[in-house]
Amino acid sequence: MENLFAIIIGAIFVNNFILTRFLGLCPFFGVSKKTKPALGMGLAVIFVMTLASIVTWIVYNLILVPLGLQYLQIIVFILIIATLVQFVELFLKKANPVLYKALGIYLPLITTNCAVLGVAFLNVQENYSFIAALVFGLSAGVGFLLALLLMSGIRERLELSKVPKAFSGIPIAFIVAALMSLAFLAFSGIIR
Amino acid sequence: MKQNKTFGNKISKPIKNQQVFNSFWELMKGLFKENPVFCLVLGLCPFLAVSTSLDNAIGMGAAATFVLVCSNFIISLIRKKVPDKIRIPIFIVVIASFVTIASLVMQAYLPVLNKALGIYVPLIVVNCIILGRAEAFASKNNIIKSTLDGLGMGIGFTLSLLLISFIREFLGTGSLKLFGVNLVSIPMEPAVIFILAPGALLVMGLLLGLFAHIRNKKYEATCCEVKE
Repeated sequence: MENLFAIIIGAIFVNNFILTRFLGLCPFFGVSKKTKPALGMGLAVIFVMTLASIVTWIVYNLILVPLGLQYLQIIVFILIIATLVQFVELFLKKANPVLYKALGIYLPLITTNCAVLGVAFLNVQENYSFIAALVFGLSAGVGFLLALLLMSGIRERLELSKVPKAFSGIPIAFIVAALMSLAFLAFSGIIR
Repeated sequence: MKQNKTFGNKISKPIKNQQVFNSFWELMKGLFKENPVFCLVLGLCPFLAVSTSLDNAIGMGAAATFVLVCSNFIISLIRKKVPDKIRIPIFIVVIASFVTIASLVMQAYLPVLNKALGIYVPLIVVNCIILGRAEAFASKNNIIKSTLDGLGMGIGFTLSLLLISFIREFLGTGSLKLFGVNLVSIPMEPAVIFILAPGALLVMGLLLGLFAHIRNKKYEATCCEVKE
């Protein structure tokens, strides 16, 4: 139980996927201009990340390891995630059109989000149990949403302020992210 | 541009001259005008994470260049056979195969480097530069051009990675090491923050600002306009 708690705090705050591991930077800078799309993207990521974490764990531990095919993990994981995203998209379209409308356009973007693939590789690297992998996927997604929401809030304000011409747009976003990352460093004492 | 001339003069025929110039251009555009990192802002995830030391930068740059060149070559080879609808999955499988090769070779021969780069080696597979070049360039151009494009983009990526790791390692540890050999060291307290995560984002932001400034002055936004 304590272990799971450590995983949750670790994935959300201490080793935040975006701010300390640099995973998923492309959507982080791409979709953080406004709060509403940022929320949609974050929720879609949580959903897919949890699902991907579960499915890749099952495939890795129940199929690849018994057959001694661990070296295929890169190809297998990327294909699983790509198909998973497609399935989720199709399923949502049928089952829950409202949710589909909210998350729909972000789903295809997630396929190439390295955070999702990163979760799968980290699960293997850390040798997590099934429950731990599930919790890790979920809390990594929450950490992603947290950073994305904070960033979009700041960037909405940033639109109104005067930024030197050379720094407008992406460069200033990087500097803001650096300051956020600095703030998140303060969490690093919590675990161990 | 000066290099283009000297390179072209070696071949006497004018038609060949033009071809050589063209292919040379494919190579050079990746380095400066369409630099994948600073101009197109692609492939950031592995870029920032491994830019803590020059060794890591060279390792990651070499792996990414290998994958870029090989995948561009293969994809341009099969580009006429691939059905349009399923081209993306096919590209991804090709890329993933080469990433697997790079990752296995690294595990076998460079275990220290492999440990330092960690999960960022397999993550080359979702590096937007590689899929981006496959989709935007290799699937439309011939083999020679595509291979050169991959090489140019790879070298551009490596050079940018070296630049940022140079700054971070120098300021963050106060010394520069290359393959275990100490190149320079300065007698002062290092600013550790540059080695940590915020340092990467800060250096990257400042460099992007600097490049944007130079670009604004130089060609009045000819490049990077189509970024969005």
